[in-house]
Amino acid sequence: MHHTAILFLEFGAVVLGLGILGALALRVGISPIPLYLIAGLAFGTGGIVPLATSEEFIRVGAELGVILLLLTLGLEYNADELVTSLRGNARAGIVDLLLNAAPGAICALLLGWGPVAAVALAGVTYATSSGITAKVLSDLGWIGNRETPVVLSLLVFEDLTMAIYLPVLTAMLAGLSLLGGAVTVAIALGTVSVVLVVALKFGRFIEAFVASPNSEVLLLKVVGLALLVAGAAQQLQVSAAVGAFLVGIALSGELAEDAQALLAPLRDLFAAVFFVFFGLQTDPAKIGPVAGLAALLALVSMITKLVTGAYAARRAGIARPGQARAGIALIPRGEFNIVIAGLAVAAGAHPDLGPLAAAYVLILAAFGPLAARLVQPFITAVTKRT
Amino acid sequence: MEIEQTALPGIGLRHEFTTRSGRRIGVVSHRTGRRDLVIYDPDDPDRACETVKLNDEEADALAELLGAPRVVQRLNDLHREVEGLVSVKLPISEGSPYAGRPMGDARVRTRTGASIVAVARGTQIFTGPAPDFVLVPGDLVVVVGSAESTSAVDDILARG
Repeated sequence: MHHTAILFLEFGAVVLGLGILGALALRVGISPIPLYLIAGLAFGTGGIVPLATSEEFIRVGAELGVILLLLTLGLEYNADELVTSLRGNARAGIVDLLLNAAPGAICALLLGWGPVAAVALAGVTYATSSGITAKVLSDLGWIGNRETPVVLSLLVFEDLTMAIYLPVLTAMLAGLSLLGGAVTVAIALGTVSVVLVVALKFGRFIEAFVASPNSEVLLLKVVGLALLVAGAAQQLQVSAAVGAFLVGIALSGELAEDAQALLAPLRDLFAAVFFVFFGLQTDPAKIGPVAGLAALLALVSMITKLVTGAYAARRAGIARPGQARAGIALIPRGEFNIVIAGLAVAAGAHPDLGPLAAAYVLILAAFGPLAARLVQPFITAVTKRT
Repeated sequence: MEIEQTALPGIGLRHEFTTRSGRRIGVVSHRTGRRDLVIYDPDDPDRACETVKLNDEEADALAELLGAPRVVQRLNDLHREVEGLVSVKLPISEGSPYAGRPMGDARVRTRTGASIVAVARGTQIFTGPAPDFVLVPGDLVVVVGSAESTSAVDDILARG
């Protein structure tokens, strides 16, 4: 068969399969991310059907997915919001970082995977999925709740931390010497600060350049700019994803809303491809041996997120039930965690890191929203009794 | 009454307050223009027990309903208090000499003693319009005064 024909057949079957899984997830009321991961596991390395021809195409699609995920995440925030959020919630944000990076780091060190894998796994357990959590908040009607601003500002803090964490991780994964690594990290931090300052002070010039009444022109300009900056960032070892995130932050207001609406379908397609690709790379046979460990790690980091949420909510003067909800809302892990694990796997970290991260995200992406759904009836029952 | 304002990063803004009877209500203003009317649980004041999603049009309609009837109610109260006082709604027709002109040009109060208290335009109600308020055909002018003075206003608006 012709190469192009096989490519289309394989890729088409995968995307159609994802669509059907998405419909299933919608009906059951869970996040489709775990199902996408399972679909990826079923194919590719060690799976039922190896996708020999389209794997390269899916790989590029997956990288685009990461860029688009981060770009649209950045578009949701404007620079002012980030700065205010940093000022008001730094303490809760740091508690979040310390409590939730620790389980991953300690786990990797105990297994003897070395410091680089420890930093990567720390990132995997740290980041809450802002995508899944935002969906949970809106699906359960929690947006009006008084603890919600606390949850949202923790998410903002985490996303900003990622802008510093990802370059550091990229430098460490590149296996640079301590001096070389320090230089790269310095460059990374410098770039991030420069872009943030440019976004804060000169965002309107970038907007004036990008703005267009025509949606086609706007789409091309935003995607082009994001890819260009992502490429430059990758070259500087800052990580392409962070470049795209910063472009998203620099754009704000009505322009950002328009761009977000235009990019949403593109992002949905390529982000799904990204999750599949991660699954493709992971050998399902390797998941079995690490499943118990993943479950234990999930349990521990669920508790640390609950404590984080309760602490942050109590600081904001929220009562017990709201504290519990804030903690539960922070449990889901998803896109960032897989992005981090993906970077580590691509750089050749410990071979068990990929399967462990896959199993870990599978558990928490599925269980997080479910726990949130179940917690309210439970809280109501408890408050009624007292 | 104190209205609390909270920023919701990535979503928009929330305003909330506690009513005199102790219930907490709020409005979430999404950046997309959507509005959520939020009612808090009396047993768990941090929780929204009812969230009603409203689009632009519905939010406007609700604001109208909460605001406008109070004008009518105040007028009715006025009637009860003052014997012989009437309120009438007078339409501005296409041929009215005041269509497209500031309301003050008609010098209604000076000439008749009656007062224009509101102008209804489509679904909107402008209460206490200023003399520079420009009338357009289709407006309904709400006039308060005695029976004679209000019919005199009708005359003025129709024929000048």
